[in-house]
Amino acid sequence: MQVTLKVFRYNPEDDKKKHYDTFTLDAEPTDRVLDLLERIKGKEDGTLGFRRACAHGVCGSDAIRINGVNRLACKVLVQDLKSKTMLIEPILGLPIEKDLIVDMEPFFDHYRSVMPYFVNDDPPPKKERLQSPEERERFDDTTKCILCGACSTSCPSFWVNGKYVGPAAIVNAHRFIFDSRDQAAMERLEILNDQFGVYRCHTIFNCTDACPRDIQITQAIGEVKKAIMKGSVD
Amino acid sequence: MQKHQYEVLVVGAGGAGLTAALYASKNASTAVISKLYPTRSHTGAAQGGIGAALGNTEEDHPEWHAYDTVKGSDYLGDQDAIDFMAAEAVDAVYELEHMGLPFSRNPDGTIAQRPFGGHTNNNTGKPVRRACYAADRTGHMILQTLYQQSIKNNVIFFDEFYVLDLLIVDGRTAGVVALELATGEMHIFQAKAVIIATGGHGRVWETTSNAYSYTGDGVALTLRKGIPAEDMEFYQFHPTGIYRMGILITEGVRGEGGVLINGEGDRFMETYAPTVKDLASRDVISRAMYLEMKAGRGVDGKNYMNLDVTPEVVNHFSVIDGRTNPDGSPYRVTAGDILSKLPDIIDFCETYIGVNPIAEPMPVQPTAHYAMGGIPTNKYGEVVVDEKNTVLPGLYAAGEVACVSVHGANRLGTNALLDLIVFGKYSGLKAAEYAAGEPYTDLPSEPEAFAMKQLNDLRNSNGKENMVDIAAEMKSVMADHVGVFRVEEGMKEAVDKMAEIKERFKDINVDDQGLKYNMNLIEAWELSNLIDVANITAVSALARKESRGAHSRDDYPDRDDKKWLKHTLAWMENGGIRLAYKPVTITDYQPKARSY
Repeated sequence: MQVTLKVFRYNPEDDKKKHYDTFTLDAEPTDRVLDLLERIKGKEDGTLGFRRACAHGVCGSDAIRINGVNRLACKVLVQDLKSKTMLIEPILGLPIEKDLIVDMEPFFDHYRSVMPYFVNDDPPPKKERLQSPEERERFDDTTKCILCGACSTSCPSFWVNGKYVGPAAIVNAHRFIFDSRDQAAMERLEILNDQFGVYRCHTIFNCTDACPRDIQITQAIGEVKKAIMKGSVD
Repeated sequence: MQKHQYEVLVVGAGGAGLTAALYASKNASTAVISKLYPTRSHTGAAQGGIGAALGNTEEDHPEWHAYDTVKGSDYLGDQDAIDFMAAEAVDAVYELEHMGLPFSRNPDGTIAQRPFGGHTNNNTGKPVRRACYAADRTGHMILQTLYQQSIKNNVIFFDEFYVLDLLIVDGRTAGVVALELATGEMHIFQAKAVIIATGGHGRVWETTSNAYSYTGDGVALTLRKGIPAEDMEFYQFHPTGIYRMGILITEGVRGEGGVLINGEGDRFMETYAPTVKDLASRDVISRAMYLEMKAGRGVDGKNYMNLDVTPEVVNHFSVIDGRTNPDGSPYRVTAGDILSKLPDIIDFCETYIGVNPIAEPMPVQPTAHYAMGGIPTNKYGEVVVDEKNTVLPGLYAAGEVACVSVHGANRLGTNALLDLIVFGKYSGLKAAEYAAGEPYTDLPSEPEAFAMKQLNDLRNSNGKENMVDIAAEMKSVMADHVGVFRVEEGMKEAVDKMAEIKERFKDINVDDQGLKYNMNLIEAWELSNLIDVANITAVSALARKESRGAHSRDDYPDRDDKKWLKHTLAWMENGGIRLAYKPVTITDYQPKARSY
């Protein structure tokens, strides 16, 4: 079948205004949108800029907007889309560097601000620290995050104010806050108990819809809010 | 152009690079240069587990792990290094756990372990639970945990910087030249020690589980500097990639009881590996699948097999195999068990092929997966450059890019993640130790000149060859002739074709002449790396006249220890390739016939 991709273009070097280029190409229903972008770059226009690595939804490189919603280009097939015409744009709320490539630094700055690492200052045991399957299950969902940015850049609160840490950072804080082995939950809750922390979330659920890993993000944010109110993670 | 100086530079930010950086940065000023954001590294795609004889649910010993690895390597692995890795494995896993890695857990709170191909109880020969796992995203959790710890420890990163040249002055490591992708600016990094941890090169082949970014950068970089590549003919084809796409379906599926079924409905591995069946090592299973398909027993007459992990089938064969739980009760699974242990596999199959593995089998075929060969090192990650294992001062390599060799002719599942952690650690420690006792080597004048000229020539390359076409030709030649089964004529043809492709590359067209995020230019550079690596793989393979591990020849079907129990070294010289050989280190285990 034939599909048409209307692709956002911007290259600050050649001083052209932001615009869209249209490409029409043959596609199989099972082609990934990423396959189509690769074909455009390989055969039609080598200057097209986008990121990709694993091509099967685990590295988080290729979050883009497809027909107005955030998706990984490698996890959407042509047959998943209602229309044979697709609008391809960079994710919103981060500075555009070139075509579909955005500056991820503000995103990672937020991530780094929530202590996204394990803290336990007790001397480690000789073997593993024990954790029951139930304790492990408590934070399983948020361990799946691949830091693609699809959630944060789908959030209207983040669009309005880029100082909001955003859903991805909260997800990664959640992953440690509810880990029975970790000792810094209170510090993270303090960080997120801020005007640019969890309270910017107005439960719009865009993030949950955008997550390519099916993480229940809005629920995780709710759990963090609740822990802040209770002053405890129990 | 900017200049930087660090005592230790790590190139690559996957499992090996991050581990190396964590250790080096304890004792030396350290920076990591990576062409990707660290969390995009291919370590994150590893699924099934990391091997360590913790013995959490049944008897196991590092010595068993070592023997299984030697046997899996078809006796080409260096046994001193294998003993070292297996012994270090237990502490490596505990250390990851202490860093917060969320392993799946046993009811008693210990790290959960599952069976994996080629890992056995050495007394009974039956599969042993040795693979420590976090559901089916163990690599993801390792990569995330190491990156998290890097943030905690203030490791310095140069993300999206692409290394173009390695600086070696008078036989000593002096630094690297790198391109900043965001600006197109050149950077010179002076360093006392450089650790190369750039991963593998599966993109040489048509069907692969590997990321786009797996383009053999490290091996090509060192080949260009006169450093040999070791055992490049040994490349692993994982038995279970999704049909036509190559996306990996973890061996953990079979660890949980899944079985391979041919087009006639038979569990064919019973014939090829009567003791461990579907948990034989990967080379054995990939070959069996090809033989089945060649005999017309592919599913629906096509070149794939069914991988079945539906509870009915798992339970049916568990009864036949007499498989038990650690407590001795019969092994039985429910749909819920499969879902909780293999969630990503189920997601991949549903997303890409519309198959629900809990209810129906997955169509699979062998997929190019892992490089056993690479930059030659000793067990401390020091790069060794000749038949006598002479160390090149200040240069280290770790992870898939390196050939220690612990994997020999065929790697066992779970040993790749282990390799990253163990040899990442020791290369980091050794590099920092070296840096503490050595001065910086003076850089030549205009150290960037060579890389700059090559890059600009390529940027302005306005020939008639399309790089996608050239890449497709390479992938198809390598898949046809330097794949699971090989013969003399085919490999000769591959060698000729690769020489042709190398010529054609000189007339390539690059569309993008810009500086900012010129991915077109980077991909052209990566393709030239792949071509060099493919070329050296084909030449190394053609020369080895025996079958061993992943190198399987129809015309020389047997292993020949008298002539070929040795490592290949291949140099890129004067436009050609020179081969030499060095002995395998044998300590405790004398080569013997290999059966599963």
